[in-house]
Amino acid sequence: MPIEIKMPALSPTMEEGTLAKWLVKAGDTVKSGDIMAEIETDKATMEFEAVDEGVIIAIAVPEGSEGVKVGTVIATLAGEDEDASAVPVAETAKPAPTPKPAQAEPVEARTPTVAQSASTSSARAEVGKDGRIIASPLAKRIAEQKGIDLKAVKGSGPNGRIVKADVDGAQPGAAPVAAAAPSAAPAVTPDFGIPYEAEKLNNIRKVIARRLTEAKQTIPHIYLTVDVRLDALLKLRGELNQALEADGVKLSVNDLLIKALAKALIRVPKCNVSFAGDELRKYARADISVAVAAPSGLITPIIVDAATKGVAQISTEMKALADKAKAGKLQPHEYQGGTASLSNLGMFGIKQFDAVINPPQAMIMAVGAGEARPYVVDGALSVASVMSATGSFDHRAIDGADGAQLMQAFKDLIESPLGLVA
Amino acid sequence: MSDYDLIVLGSGPGGYVAAIRAAQLGLKTAIVERENLGGICLNWGCIPTKALLRSAEVFHQMKHAKDYGLVAEGISADLNAVVARSRGVAKQLNQGVTHLMKKNKITVFMGEGRLAAAPTAAGLGKLEVNGETLTAKHIIIATGARARDLPFAKADGNRVWTYRHAMTPKELPSKLLVIGSGAIGIEFASFYNDMGSEVTVVEMMDRIVPVEDADVSAFLEKALKKQGMTILTGAGVEKIDLSATGIKAAIKGKDGKVVTSEFSHVIVAVGIAPNTESIGLETLGIKAERGIIAIDGLGRTNVAGIWAIGDVTPGPWLAHKASHEGVIAAEAIAQALGNKDVHPHAMDKANIPGCTYCHPQIASVGLTEAKAKEAGYTVKAGTFPFIGNGKAIALGEAEGFIKTVFDAKTGELLGAHMIGAEVTELIQGYVVGKTLETTEAELMATVFPHPTLSEMMHESVLAAYGRAIHI
Repeated sequence: MPIEIKMPALSPTMEEGTLAKWLVKAGDTVKSGDIMAEIETDKATMEFEAVDEGVIIAIAVPEGSEGVKVGTVIATLAGEDEDASAVPVAETAKPAPTPKPAQAEPVEARTPTVAQSASTSSARAEVGKDGRIIASPLAKRIAEQKGIDLKAVKGSGPNGRIVKADVDGAQPGAAPVAAAAPSAAPAVTPDFGIPYEAEKLNNIRKVIARRLTEAKQTIPHIYLTVDVRLDALLKLRGELNQALEADGVKLSVNDLLIKALAKALIRVPKCNVSFAGDELRKYARADISVAVAAPSGLITPIIVDAATKGVAQISTEMKALADKAKAGKLQPHEYQGGTASLSNLGMFGIKQFDAVINPPQAMIMAVGAGEARPYVVDGALSVASVMSATGSFDHRAIDGADGAQLMQAFKDLIESPLGLVA
Repeated sequence: MSDYDLIVLGSGPGGYVAAIRAAQLGLKTAIVERENLGGICLNWGCIPTKALLRSAEVFHQMKHAKDYGLVAEGISADLNAVVARSRGVAKQLNQGVTHLMKKNKITVFMGEGRLAAAPTAAGLGKLEVNGETLTAKHIIIATGARARDLPFAKADGNRVWTYRHAMTPKELPSKLLVIGSGAIGIEFASFYNDMGSEVTVVEMMDRIVPVEDADVSAFLEKALKKQGMTILTGAGVEKIDLSATGIKAAIKGKDGKVVTSEFSHVIVAVGIAPNTESIGLETLGIKAERGIIAIDGLGRTNVAGIWAIGDVTPGPWLAHKASHEGVIAAEAIAQALGNKDVHPHAMDKANIPGCTYCHPQIASVGLTEAKAKEAGYTVKAGTFPFIGNGKAIALGEAEGFIKTVFDAKTGELLGAHMIGAEVTELIQGYVVGKTLETTEAELMATVFPHPTLSEMMHESVLAAYGRAIHI
């Protein structure tokens, strides 16, 4: 039997991707672990390793193909003991069956439930290569009558086929999660005859557009700004860097701000939350998503449990993550998640700005440049290093006073920075 | 070595199919059978009765040879030879199952099995057979069912028969009473009627084959009466007394009057009872209601590692339903043991066909017209008669019809009901369509070969939408 190599789901939310580059060609022998291709997901470019061994009979999806649905056959292997030449190449042109819904099925025989209904696959609507949705005629007709978008429906039939039971439960007008977010672009952008060059959006840009539109349109933002004196923090940073020089660690101000935000969130847990429809998720840990400008667009690698990590460790991790982000090599678990975000535009001399919340998080801290400003100390005007920090909060989940408490805690931790290294 | 991945208790069409599917999936499998491999279906049910009915059919045709321009004189039936043929067919298939067990490397234990312990995280499940203890990670209960007795008419094999006695008669009943007009009762009534017995059928409900569409019941009653059968619906047998020459049955008729009549034999076909009394259900705490084991869509009982399929579970009590459940359970077990390539789905009971091999035959799937209306559907039903079909007329089988029931709103094929020659072979066309969830549009767009009986299926669909051609 020829083995079909399918477009992998490289992250839990991945639905399609771009086959950026093939590293093998028809006729090559691959073994388990060989890198076969580079695949660009919505956030990163990832290497795709071979699982099966054999000779590649055919490459079904050429490199550079965009929007390749997860589960689409991208190449075909002849099994180990097969004659590759004997296998009809045409097989590779077929649209792929569904991704295997393995983990979705209630297979644990140790915990049976009598009268529990059928196992259902959690496969998303199966869309063939030609865009055809795999659904029974009856399901199609009911969907049409009820005004259901079949693309939004999960198929529970064989190979993810959408059957009557799937559309019976669906709500009219239901749309896929992705499409549920208001469209990122206006329907038609008028052309005024101004010369322009059209650049196709890459996946990362599409995701940014979609998520930020969703955030601004669905989350009622509230913004709270404080001025924070940095002199003590800068002094501590100088001392720490001197002490850590031998270890090759050089802390940035941002590393310390990551720690400060994480500790502030632990002190004010009402701000370390997600608004999740009919429930509020209160996180037990502060994972900080740090905005990084990568060549392909904004991405937010995560420092997990930053409140309990030492600043040197945060610094080391952050450097590695930023390098990976810039190379487009972040793994999904390195940028998906996070309980709050930090965005710093100080290096560009930005004085103050309001950031857009990164859903499903409920807050993002935007920090501007630290600069020498006139500052009143003990009733007398003097000069101090000051930065402005603005927290954006999801007002559905966080009240203004709670947000203010977080800003207060953030300010205190920076102005009395020994708490960051304690 | 007695550590198995799976032990199947019972080797009927549910059990042996489950065992083969499990073995195909690489499970170390054993099967326990107390009597004959293949169970009732193959040894004492579906298959040998079909052999008997085939003899009756050929006999019937011989008697009507003249209708086909043929001469057959001095026709008679040799009951012993008819029964012997039926037993021969059963034996051949029984050997076939023995071969299948061997081929799939399934260990067969002949003896009564009893559950002793459920599989737990700590240890394997235990099953005792012939004083030996077998152990397994999973156990499937597939012990099937037997004929239900009437309290006042215990089957003795002499004058009072169950299906089992009726299958190996030593003599042809001169005057036969059949209690119950479900598939089993009506098949034997039809067989003995064709063979020359004087047959009376008593049914409690207001029509015979009460699970079928009302039109089918009415048509069958008329056809059987025409063949000389006496049919009493809305009637019940109150009492049976054995007499020197047979039995005396007190039958309460529709009008409430009790009439006592004499019969040479009686067949009790009032349903089935699950074989779950002595297999250790209570020991393991397996949930059952009146002996019927509760399961989920994949066959899991309330006790982890114990599964049940077929006639020990809620109906319909049909061999093909048991086999299908066997496959689902075997795949679910393989999945539980780590196989990622199987994706068992619970069966949709609305798509299980039923076939009754009386003469004329009955076949059906899904909702009857009445049940569809009860369920709230706006129904579009179409009927096409055998008399309008060229092949049926050429066969000399112009009796019967095909009826299809659609949801007027969505075009969903809700049910199909057939009566007439060979309909048991036709129904599968609708079952495939129903399983694939076709609507009337695909069925109308399907090309049916000419000249076949299947054209009536097409016409019936067209008729539901006022588009039948040959009527």
